[in-house]
Amino acid sequence: MGHLASTLAFFTPQSGGSPDANQIDSLFKITLVIALVIFVLVEGALVYAMLKFRKRKGAVPAQIRGNTRLEVGWTVAAAVILLALAIVTFAKLSSIQNPPNSGPEGDKLAANGGGGGGLLYASATRKLPPDGKSLNIKVIGRQFIWQYVYPGASEPDGLGAPYSYEQLVVPTNTTVTLDVVAADVVHEWWVPQLGPKVQAVPGYHNYTWFKALKPGIFRGQCSFICGRGHARMIATVKAVPPAQFDQWLAYQKKQLSEANQLAKVERAKLNSQTGAGQVENP
Amino acid sequence: MATQLAAVPQVTAHAVQREARGWTSWITTTDHKRIGIMYMVTTFVFFCLGGVEALIMRLQLGAPDNTLVSPTVYNQLFTMHGTTMIFLFVVPMMAGLANYFVPLMIGARDMAFPRLNALSYWLLLAGGIVFYASLFWNPPEAGWTSYPPLSSSAFTPSGGQDAWIYLIHLTGISSILGAINFYATIANMRARGMSWGRLPLFIWAILTYSVLIIFAMPVIAAAVTMLLTDRHFGTHFFDPSSNGSPILWQNLFWFFGHPEVYIMILPGFGIVSEIMPVFARKPIFGYKAIAAATVAIAFLGFLTWAHHMFTTPIPEAVLVFVMLSSFLIAVPTGVKILNWIATLWRGTVEFKTPLLFCAGFIALFLIGGISGVFLAIFPIDWQVKETYFLVAHLHFVLVGGSVMTIFAAIYYWFPKITGRMLSEGLGKLSFWLMFVGILATFLIQHVIGLDGMPRRVYEYDNVGNLALYNQISTVGSFILGLGVLVTIINVARSVKIGVIAGPDPWKANTLEWFTSSPPPDNNFDTVPQIRSVEPMKDIRREVERRTSGAPASGAIVPAGATQVGV
Repeated sequence: MGHLASTLAFFTPQSGGSPDANQIDSLFKITLVIALVIFVLVEGALVYAMLKFRKRKGAVPAQIRGNTRLEVGWTVAAAVILLALAIVTFAKLSSIQNPPNSGPEGDKLAANGGGGGGLLYASATRKLPPDGKSLNIKVIGRQFIWQYVYPGASEPDGLGAPYSYEQLVVPTNTTVTLDVVAADVVHEWWVPQLGPKVQAVPGYHNYTWFKALKPGIFRGQCSFICGRGHARMIATVKAVPPAQFDQWLAYQKKQLSEANQLAKVERAKLNSQTGAGQVENP
Repeated sequence: MATQLAAVPQVTAHAVQREARGWTSWITTTDHKRIGIMYMVTTFVFFCLGGVEALIMRLQLGAPDNTLVSPTVYNQLFTMHGTTMIFLFVVPMMAGLANYFVPLMIGARDMAFPRLNALSYWLLLAGGIVFYASLFWNPPEAGWTSYPPLSSSAFTPSGGQDAWIYLIHLTGISSILGAINFYATIANMRARGMSWGRLPLFIWAILTYSVLIIFAMPVIAAAVTMLLTDRHFGTHFFDPSSNGSPILWQNLFWFFGHPEVYIMILPGFGIVSEIMPVFARKPIFGYKAIAAATVAIAFLGFLTWAHHMFTTPIPEAVLVFVMLSSFLIAVPTGVKILNWIATLWRGTVEFKTPLLFCAGFIALFLIGGISGVFLAIFPIDWQVKETYFLVAHLHFVLVGGSVMTIFAAIYYWFPKITGRMLSEGLGKLSFWLMFVGILATFLIQHVIGLDGMPRRVYEYDNVGNLALYNQISTVGSFILGLGVLVTIINVARSVKIGVIAGPDPWKANTLEWFTSSPPPDNNFDTVPQIRSVEPMKDIRREVERRTSGAPASGAIVPAGATQVGV
């Protein structure tokens, strides 16, 4: 049995990072078992027919033109198998599409309505956990780098929020909802171990979620042709314990406000040298 | 006698024209057979070009972090490869086969509109030349799907993108004109007695292929026109910064693109449905079911395009609908596979090269069909879409599917076109190389995709076993290439020194074998009355009866058949 499982693992999607990836993996395995049975039966019938009925001396081909009962039978059988697959898919669907609540040890930053800073738009189709609380992060695809905007805007219009490039840092055991957008061309967010890929389409918002079950670094990359640098548009997700994440985010905010402060001072200096108003405040 | 003859009105020929020869006769021809040959030769040349592009890509991917080609060249290679194989090989190759064999199989002397037919070919060639001329400047690099905004002037300013647009237009018009011609020919020019229920299955397939082209091609023509005006004339159909929509392109493209899949495979299904019964010496199992399945697939093919868009922002109702409609299309496809296997059942199967390619087609296409079901289940699609899993799927369907059937057709019909047989030994060698090559190249690509490698990347990191898997795939692609080369050698040899075929070397079932090989200009002097779906069987039986039990061999020309050109 263990051997079968490892053979199947060779031929299944990556998983283990997030519950939705695990559910897709198990849906894939169920489909794979059904597919293998059909594959063996049909290929077996083909090879058997080729060898058993190959031309021999004195053999007379049977002049059969069809068999309605048989033909109706295998049409219905094919439909029944696909119906079964559809039922399995629907049974798994909610656990793949709908994010669960964050764990009790999850990050307390997870806010109601997926709100918080960094969110510029609202949409009806975003899926939220039953308690409505998630850590919402905006993912921006642009040639050829991913940008992540975290909650915690320092200004009312959502500006001044902490951000990072290429590597997304998240707390473990916390439901993270992603608001995926694109700045130039179409990109596609995909970190296999964390579940579904979603297109980042300019002018549209797309949504997905994951909940990192354990600390670690998960690799992924843009999977939709976006130009010459497509192959190097890497995305990694670093999952860290919530306390560490809070610390990291606070540090980012501090750096950002220090940099802003410094910029303000520099601007004031420049303005006093060149005459007020020449260099605009943001 | 003489006085009797004088009473009959006679046509007097004042100037007898010599049969046209030389290269000008090819340029000016309106003969469906010559046009068919030009189609087939031209598209095969493009097939070889597309194949070389594929092999360069496989070489690049043969090792991780390889630097054989630059990312720009790599993007150009996959764009050229995909576009070539679809628009300049599979679709027009099917048109070439149909050009040659539709009139012959239905007992017509030419296509309904011979000059339009010539125009179709020259538009195809023009499209190919426009597209390949971009090699000397800047080839297109946005993929055969050319998704905007990437393909817009802001992100791909080069003229190669425009060459791609004109290729779509020229080959599109070529296909539409050809399709109208096939439809008119099949609808109006069938032999006496050839009712719809006695139409050869290849003709059913071409009829459906034509209807699909007539409905699907104008959509892509509209889409690329919008892209062209976006690029050069200031419109904003796909420009999100002016409320245009990149999703609109995806809808239009795949509304064409999914039926296009069936445009490429249904004629192949028709070819297999013709060849299997001949070499099993048994009638096709379930003629009506296969014809009905062809039409059903074509209809359902228009309802499933959004399964190419499962990762876009899309309402859940659409996801569910499209998954179910995609499942539905698997039913008639599966039915066909079982019908073909049942055709072998209790027959006397002759392992000739055309049959091997058909059997190989069933074995490989089944894999593509099954992986298609995985892709139709949208949560699974969310993992495997745009990865090498998808690349593997589409190549099992297109190479294991369409290409195998095209090679079956080459081996089956070469004797009719040239009057000479292809070598069976080289044919079988070619088959096994291609069969093994396809399995080695594409089976492992499922795993490459599942391990996280997206498509259309010029390099990858050496994580896990990716390097090994990609090496296997690269080696396989060269085995496949070798297999194609063997057939090219086989054709080059046999054109000159192949065994003389005679009119009906396979003892086949359909009307093209009634005339000589190659057929004369007018195809048939007399066209027999059709009494069943297998007219040649009836004719052979009749000859046998009239010659009072003497065995009818392929060398005997049936009563009433023409001797011209033998």
